Amino acid sequence: MPVTETDILAVGAIRRRQATRRRIVLAILAILVLAAFATTLMAGKSFVPPLEVIQILLGADMGGANFTVGTLRLPRAVLSVVAGLSFGLGGAAFQTLLRNPLASPDIIGISSSASAAAVFAIVVLSLDGAGVAFFAVTASLVVAGFIFVLSFRRSGFGARLILTGIGVAAICQSIIYYVLSRAPVWDAAEALRWLTGSVNGAAWGQIGPAALVLVIAGSVLLSRARALENLRLGEDTAAALGERVNLSRVLIIMAAVALIAFATAAAGPVAFVAFLSGPIATRLVGHYGSALIPSALTGALLVLVADFAGQYLLGARFPVGVVTGALGAPYLIYLIVVSNRAEKT
Amino acid sequence: MTTTASIRAPDLGRPNRLRLAWLLLVLGLLGICCALSVAIGARDVGLADILAAFNGLADTIEQAAVTKRIPRTVLAAIAGAALGLSGAVMQGVTRNPLADPGILGINMGAALAVVVGLAWFGLAAAQAYIWTAIFGAAVTAVFVFVIGSLGRGGATPLKLALAGTATSIALASFITAVILPRNDIAEGARSWQIGGVGGATFDTIIQILPFLAAGFLLCLLSARKLNSLALGDELAAGLGERVMLARATASFGAVILAGATTAICGPIAFVGLLVPHVCRLLVGVDHRWLLPFSALGGAILLLASDVIGRIIARPGELDVGIVTAFVGAPIFIWIVQRYRGRDL
Repeated sequence: MPVTETDILAVGAIRRRQATRRRIVLAILAILVLAAFATTLMAGKSFVPPLEVIQILLGADMGGANFTVGTLRLPRAVLSVVAGLSFGLGGAAFQTLLRNPLASPDIIGISSSASAAAVFAIVVLSLDGAGVAFFAVTASLVVAGFIFVLSFRRSGFGARLILTGIGVAAICQSIIYYVLSRAPVWDAAEALRWLTGSVNGAAWGQIGPAALVLVIAGSVLLSRARALENLRLGEDTAAALGERVNLSRVLIIMAAVALIAFATAAAGPVAFVAFLSGPIATRLVGHYGSALIPSALTGALLVLVADFAGQYLLGARFPVGVVTGALGAPYLIYLIVVSNRAEKT
Repeated sequence: MTTTASIRAPDLGRPNRLRLAWLLLVLGLLGICCALSVAIGARDVGLADILAAFNGLADTIEQAAVTKRIPRTVLAAIAGAALGLSGAVMQGVTRNPLADPGILGINMGAALAVVVGLAWFGLAAAQAYIWTAIFGAAVTAVFVFVIGSLGRGGATPLKLALAGTATSIALASFITAVILPRNDIAEGARSWQIGGVGGATFDTIIQILPFLAAGFLLCLLSARKLNSLALGDELAAGLGERVMLARATASFGAVILAGATTAICGPIAFVGLLVPHVCRLLVGVDHRWLLPFSALGGAILLLASDVIGRIIARPGELDVGIVTAFVGAPIFIWIVQRYRGRDL
């Protein structure tokens, strides 16, 4: 069937509609993240009015509210955003690159390896701040390499990758338990941080390295967004489009692992945020343009909302990872069911 | 794998003399592990103290320590046997090399059921624990199998393992969510996330014995049926096997074993995965041999893991569930490696 002018116009119209939708959704997501951030600063056990929050952020002295907002809530909110953005970006990069929503860093064991390394660095090596983060990123790069090498065969890369990752995650979990049991006292809150993720007791010293890496590795990823899109079309197509396939792959994976590892060193492996952000963002935006920025915003929103819900809405105080874990697992099951029906897995 | 092997070799694997030799060796190993489990621990004890403790004395601290280690050893042995057997049966029923009550989330389901019972329904009696755990295990098993077998190709290793992992993570989150606000049971939070045999007493062991006995019986009696099932559903039906009934009874036995064990020890993963694979190397794929060997192997693995957990974390100790995961996960990866892509 020859392509007519009306067809071209129709495609153009669809594309324009998609682009508009993407812009609108991105704007709404950004506003929601800001709103959630502001709510985290204002609401809690005591309510601080917005004007007062702004004054405190600008450095005014408002007495007790200064402590609540400046010392307790601000680092927590910032860490939530930084970790959420990092997990969202890293997760979407993995999912797009490997063309499989299940190949997210928290399912294939990369988050757990960062967590195991971080807790090892803290408890056994007595490192802190940037040292922990660097240890975590080194370890998870090694583990990521290990998982990839083990999974490369002529066939079944995706399935083998996921299964190997499940095994690696189990090993990392037992390392976490082992290290924590060597600590002088069993601290349930600490344990939960490294097992499921938590932004409790956020401190600027942890946030700094994670934020820095978010900027650096985030820009690397975003600069490769087009390469990522081309790679999604398949290796051959990407090469034909002039992509240096292997270079792009390595850069993307390194940047994504760095994002995940640094965020994990600060907030723990917040369960399923990396896994959930990409698919949710794609559902909202539609398949148009890069999934990276929408996923990052979705990740930040997820962590902020889940943390707020965990703290104030559920009766008891739950760390954010427990909430996202309970949310994410049903979605994972749904995804398995759907992909089984689509016969893709 | 199972199918081709059993068609090729009419005797399903190994000569019986070899199997008997392995049996003696495995029994010897089991004895050694039991002895080590009684002798080794956070506190060093002498032979005299051990013998005194077996005679019911608990006068010195050493003797008291040994007195506590005896039920622990018994529990580790029977729990390990139950988990090993349960895993072997699950692998047989699903014809899936990655089936294991831990990986499939069944143990977590049992643990969540007990935790909910404890927190919200004031569960107290050990019998009630066990029934609740078996109920939780059964519900989870059905759930995971249904999710994992949707779509083309039935329950492939990947789908089943993923469904199990997802379910495990969700259940673990729910367990934390139920326990965290409750200070009265928060002490036990850890033991419902990772299994251990540390708190064993003869009272609890006696409570689960009837359940385990029923489970063992159901599983061991279905050995011949599992051999037929390994040939494929059509062939098994052709041989006069009632396929669904055979599946149901064998799975029920496996679920009872997993649930009852979890009710006492908490969720322990990877024992049921790893042991049948090793045993298949020793005695072949005939379930009449494989099942008893898996039980013995599971007992050995859990005893050895428990002893290792006591040694490497001195002066404290490591829950046996952590050790089995550390030993079992590499084997899991190894099994995944051996499979060709299209079989996953």
